[in-house]
Amino acid sequence: GSGRITAEMIEHLERLALVDFGSREAVARLEKAIAFSNRLHAVHTDGVEPMESVLEDRCLYLRSDDVVEGNCAEELLQNSHRIVEEYFVAPPGNIPLPKLDEQEPVLHS
Amino acid sequence: MAAPVLCSGCPQRCWALVWVYGRCRHRRGAPVGSTCNWMRGQSSVAQQPLHTARKPRKGEPEWAAVVGLEIHAQISSNSKLFSGSQVCFAAPPNSLVSFFDASLPGTLPVLNRRCVEAAVMTGLALNCHINKKSLFDRKHYFYADLPAGYQITQHRLPIAVNGSLAYSSCAGTKQSQMTTRTVRVKQIQLEQDSGKSLHDDLRSQTLIDLNRAGIGLLELVLEPDVSCGEEAATAVRELQLILQALGTSHAGMAEGQLRVDANVSVHRPGEPLGIRTEVKNLNSIRFLAKAIDYEIQRQIQELENGGEILNETRSFDYKLGCTVPMRDKEGKQDYRFMPEPNLPPLLLYDTASLPAGADSQQVINIDQIRERLPELPRVTRERLVQQYGMSWDHSFTLLNEVDLLAFFQNVMKETRAEPKKVTSWVLNTFLGYLKQQNLAVRESPVTASALAELLDLLDSKAISSSAAKQVFEELWKNEGKTPAQIVSEKKLELMQDQEALEQLCHSVMQAHPHVVMDVKGNPRAINKLIGLVRKATLSRADPTVIKTILERKLSS
Repeated sequence: GSGRITAEMIEHLERLALVDFGSREAVARLEKAIAFSNRLHAVHTDGVEPMESVLEDRCLYLRSDDVVEGNCAEELLQNSHRIVEEYFVAPPGNIPLPKLDEQEPVLHS
Repeated sequence: MAAPVLCSGCPQRCWALVWVYGRCRHRRGAPVGSTCNWMRGQSSVAQQPLHTARKPRKGEPEWAAVVGLEIHAQISSNSKLFSGSQVCFAAPPNSLVSFFDASLPGTLPVLNRRCVEAAVMTGLALNCHINKKSLFDRKHYFYADLPAGYQITQHRLPIAVNGSLAYSSCAGTKQSQMTTRTVRVKQIQLEQDSGKSLHDDLRSQTLIDLNRAGIGLLELVLEPDVSCGEEAATAVRELQLILQALGTSHAGMAEGQLRVDANVSVHRPGEPLGIRTEVKNLNSIRFLAKAIDYEIQRQIQELENGGEILNETRSFDYKLGCTVPMRDKEGKQDYRFMPEPNLPPLLLYDTASLPAGADSQQVINIDQIRERLPELPRVTRERLVQQYGMSWDHSFTLLNEVDLLAFFQNVMKETRAEPKKVTSWVLNTFLGYLKQQNLAVRESPVTASALAELLDLLDSKAISSSAAKQVFEELWKNEGKTPAQIVSEKKLELMQDQEALEQLCHSVMQAHPHVVMDVKGNPRAINKLIGLVRKATLSRADPTVIKTILERKLSS
């Protein structure tokens, strides 16, 4: 089994993945998922090359350098909530997440 | 982010377009671990806290600076690295974007063969070891111009490693003084470019154009072998020329096809390397040198005042000529590198390992690429020096100007004149006129053929050197006349009539008996006589011929 996840770790993960661990249940689920994955350690892997990709025996297909796509700005822009002329509109830069001590405590007892 | 810092400098017009190359502070080609390598250094001296700088020992240079360059070169290809949308500089926003580039669900990356070849060519030209197996990874971070939320790059195992880039260090004025320096190439990797962000602070929004998203980049990570701005500038310039000679990148810094970040640190000689800062937003070779030198001085001053250097990212403000910190809100980035699950390893072959009966479109043969490598600038310069007897400086200048070498070679093809003469005319006169009027070789009113014809006239002694300069000036006016026409119109032909010349010499000698007397006593006074004869001929006689005639007359 593994230890509990600290609040700092949760905050870090939330920033990295932009996921909101809003509740104690979510954190508990995360802990269970980690415990489940840790069972991999039971397998003896000394001296074994890790498999990085299930595709490792496949041939990487090489495409010839021709222009065959694009020219669909209208279609793509339809997906966007806001557009200005032919640009996608996004918020300015990265919106900073509030710091740990600035937020409401996430972990409810 | 960089944009707010830049914007604060410019008055009201925040809506005026401030292009930011996406993720200024996110661009870290080298793995995070490389920072530690720097700080560990190679010194055997006991570690000292870096902020209490020790006093230099007597006779020892005060500070040593170390610069590590990270260069991103946009690959010159028709389509993007993993998709078939077009690569083109200026196009309507979002018109060159495929579903994959926009990161729509269900799309997959398909590797562009041309980009792989470009990477191999560049690796070979820089003496790298080409990894026959290389891997693709995802580097995760959030920014609006990176729709997938990750960039596909080569973090674990890049396509080329352990190369070197040779450049000449400040050649100085002596022709023989050309020292070659080398900067080691740590690795070259293939990766995707991001889209472009247009910051509109007035309306508190960012406009995103994904035309650039997915274009293939070569990231070149250089070891910290450079120690000042001038060396960095020369090295980058040489790299630019190499990439252009290979055709793998147009490498224009102003156009954003070549981007350079500099990691700068200072330390006392013999001590471990200092904390480094990363300097970005360098969009010309000149600013690159200035920014690095400024940062080195800034760090030295900071340390000498007892301060300490923060491991931060700084931007170069070219108006103020200084580096300023970029607001780094997020602290250390964790990119959560993971293998790209949709791409198998990239396997390259050589002639020995090429599988039999393989589809030639699907395999890349390193040996074949090596055979087809074009001539590199260094080799071209050597060839010019050997073939035409010009100095190293001359060969540098010829290669440093776009199309100048081709112009020179075209003149050489069509003229009988000696290479040294051609070199001198092309580099001094021709280039001088171009520079004065800020023209490119392409825009020159004088063609290579015209110059060749002019040099032939000079070579056959039909005109004098000064007459030739006059003809050149006329040619520059581009009135459609040939050199021969100008010569006859302006009566610039050298006097060929030996008898008439003899007569003139005779009459000048008659008219200036005192000068003739002087010559008997002082041989150098003959120059005065030559000058008088030349004036009489309206500068249309060859001074050496005049001298011969005069000497003959004087001795008789």
